[in-house]
Amino acid sequence: MGEYVIKLPDVGEGVAEAELVEWQVKVGDLVREDAVLAAVMTDKATVEIPSPVDGKVIWLGAEIGDTVAIGSPIVRLEVAGEGNVKAGDAPEAKPAKQEEKPKAVEPVEAKKDEPAPKPVATAPKPAATRALSGAPRAEGEKPLASPAIRLRAREAGVDLRQVAGSGPAGRITHEDIDAFIARGPQPAGKSSGLVQNNDVSEIKVVGLRRKIAEKMRISKSRIPHITYVEEIDVTTLEELRASLNKGKRADRPKLTLLPFLMRAMVKAISEQPQLNALFDDDAGVIHQHGGVHIGMAAQTPTGLVVPVVRHAEARDLWDCASEVNRLADAAKSGTATREELSGSTITITSLGAMGGIATTPVINYPEVAIVGVNKMMVRPMWDGTQFVPRKMMNLSSSFDHRVIDGWDAAVFVQRIKALLETPALIFMDN
Amino acid sequence: MKEISCKLLVIGAGPGGYVCAIRAGQLGIDTVIVEANKPGGTCLNIGCIPSKALIHAAEEFEKATHFADGASPLGISVSAPKLDLAKTIAWKDGIVGRLTGGVSGLLKKAKVKVVNGWATFRDGKTVEVETETGTQIIRAENVVIATGSVPVELPFLPFGGNVISSTEALSLTEVPKTLAVVGGGYIGLELGIAFAKMGAKVTVVEALPRVLATYDAELTRPVTKRLAALGVTVLTGAKAKGLSAKADALLVETADGKDEKIVADKILVTVGRKPQTAGWGLEQIDLTMSGRFVRIDDQCRTSMRGIYAIGDVTGEPMLAHRAMAQGEMVAEIIAGHKRSWDKRCIPAICFTDPEVVSAGLTPDEAKAAGTEVKIGMFPFTANGRAMTKLGEEGFVRVVARADNHVVLGIQAVGQGVSELSAAFGLAIEMGARLEDIAGTIHAHPTQGEAFQEAALKALGHALHI
Repeated sequence: MGEYVIKLPDVGEGVAEAELVEWQVKVGDLVREDAVLAAVMTDKATVEIPSPVDGKVIWLGAEIGDTVAIGSPIVRLEVAGEGNVKAGDAPEAKPAKQEEKPKAVEPVEAKKDEPAPKPVATAPKPAATRALSGAPRAEGEKPLASPAIRLRAREAGVDLRQVAGSGPAGRITHEDIDAFIARGPQPAGKSSGLVQNNDVSEIKVVGLRRKIAEKMRISKSRIPHITYVEEIDVTTLEELRASLNKGKRADRPKLTLLPFLMRAMVKAISEQPQLNALFDDDAGVIHQHGGVHIGMAAQTPTGLVVPVVRHAEARDLWDCASEVNRLADAAKSGTATREELSGSTITITSLGAMGGIATTPVINYPEVAIVGVNKMMVRPMWDGTQFVPRKMMNLSSSFDHRVIDGWDAAVFVQRIKALLETPALIFMDN
Repeated sequence: MKEISCKLLVIGAGPGGYVCAIRAGQLGIDTVIVEANKPGGTCLNIGCIPSKALIHAAEEFEKATHFADGASPLGISVSAPKLDLAKTIAWKDGIVGRLTGGVSGLLKKAKVKVVNGWATFRDGKTVEVETETGTQIIRAENVVIATGSVPVELPFLPFGGNVISSTEALSLTEVPKTLAVVGGGYIGLELGIAFAKMGAKVTVVEALPRVLATYDAELTRPVTKRLAALGVTVLTGAKAKGLSAKADALLVETADGKDEKIVADKILVTVGRKPQTAGWGLEQIDLTMSGRFVRIDDQCRTSMRGIYAIGDVTGEPMLAHRAMAQGEMVAEIIAGHKRSWDKRCIPAICFTDPEVVSAGLTPDEAKAAGTEVKIGMFPFTANGRAMTKLGEEGFVRVVARADNHVVLGIQAVGQGVSELSAAFGLAIEMGARLEDIAGTIHAHPTQGEAFQEAALKALGHALHI
């Protein structure tokens, strides 16, 4: 038997480290060649790490959420025949980040022909025993606890069979009893059939979720948001949209409201260019962009991403529409590239039919403005003599109050309102 | 005579009963204990303690005899030693006296009232005691039956004359020239070996294919070997048939069906013990039985409310330390504490030569329970301290679950291993794993190191073998 070390392969150009987001194996598992061991995530993409050999997992080198340097050992396998570990290699070998050149996808493969290693001696015992601890008891098995624990449990009226043991081999500790008692008596719940659920499950914030969390934290902690909500009569716009969709060429995408809003924003920004900017608050510099790159916050199965319609100022209505569709598909299928997911200068957020009456959008740092689209609905509006049914929609927009004054924010939103309520204005040149 | 009323009445002041009474007294329970003989029961008076005294004396005498042979590698020689068994017995009685006196003192200190006499149930709450001064009625809220056990008598070898039980064997004032021991269990072997060491020609007659049949063959092999070295004849698969006409020999049917006559000055019958269930009015209260024993639950409660039973009368293993633990528990239950029997192991010891200890499951028992096990055995031949004691025979054996290494059982055979039973019991009660024992520093040079090494062996990396 030999030991085979799998190191984190180079997963993409110029990437020095990657975040471990998933283990597909655990210690003790038997794996086949090419079976997926783990998934790592870089800024760019999620990459699966396959096993180059058949073997049994005896050690995992990182926990989910850890950032692992390229070339660091991540898995040790016990393999038939010789492995790739030299006798005397300490199992705790430091991540080989510096000395290991990321040359091949599986840099360890090259070492295969080295002399037979001395096995077992370097087998990392702790990993093996750790896997055993906290093992759940089999049905009917006596709980493992010292006499002192058993006495305490009896005095406290605790049924040890109900207590999970955190000690070696599932041994119940004083702390386990403390925790059990702290949770309080379990109500019988017979009358109502309802029982308390005191479960607390720990979910590691990793991968995309961690990136979102970090982004939101920075935005909300650094940017004093001012949110401005205004209602917009989109009846005319909706009529226009319907007729355009009706008469559209077959090769053109179906128009949604979004392309109209984008064009309206481009128009408004041309009058108020300070809204289309990135505020480098560390340097105290505002980068005001000429190109309008509109991020569209999109919900995907794994979380929130923001694909970007680049240079909306250079795209007509139809072009915007097809780009929105293309990016939405790419984001949902997880094939969006890094370039498509970054570089926005202003953002639109929309929850569609779930949009509610008003929202308080969080600015996509380091941008200075975000426009939130709320749900469109028919409301009775007073036209001066009577109530008439109108298609109404709110826009909830947030601005970085450090660099955008409330007045300017209001002017911006009012301009968009005017454009959307009289859509012909969107297409008029100044 | 005036009736006594109390919260707790304990019947029998053996190790179970007196411990129960002392603990109850400590807890402030108004307690009465009834005992017909001296306190201490079989254990202190005619069992554990006197036999150990005799065994020790025999061991010392055998050593001296060995020195007199001039064959001792220690370089010690003495002139022919002599044994005055009457004096030995007097010394033994002195120890017994001190211990039984000690128990009386402890009972008094715990404010337990002792009534001397024979107790009989009148009903579930009332007991009559025949005392020297008349019949004493005792009414109690709770009664603990701790009547113990007595040696089993063979109908064709009734006790009397030269046919003796362990009780008489512990009071002989002369070493019999020839001794036949019927029953090769731990009592027969402990006493048989002691008398062999004191110079008796001993023959052990055992019906089963081997002696100490409750232990596995691996564990008892060193004892069998020692028996041969001591010149003890062991007839296995042999049946005792009765006494010869002149009462000077035991008639035996050997394994191959032949009748044999074993000349014996004394015939010691040690074929087991039976619960003391007669003579104290069991029939008056009609308790549910479990075979020959009084049936109890995990709180030592019998089928009648307020009546508890502890010790030998409740079943195997008939061991003093089991009775003591039960007695303590029952006292606490009566005091209103929440207790129940949750012991993981009751260690058992044979004070043979060499000694045998077993705590928890043997390899066979563990396998029979369907558990996959790891076994580690370490021989005393590789233990420095054992060598310096001329005690290289024997080993320590650890049985653990293969999956999580929790120790299920520990056995040992060897000189002085009875003292290791404390470590064995603690390891099992604490739920130790092999790594816990292997990771505990065991002082050098001691026989206890063999325990650590056995655990290491089971883990696959014993150091000294």
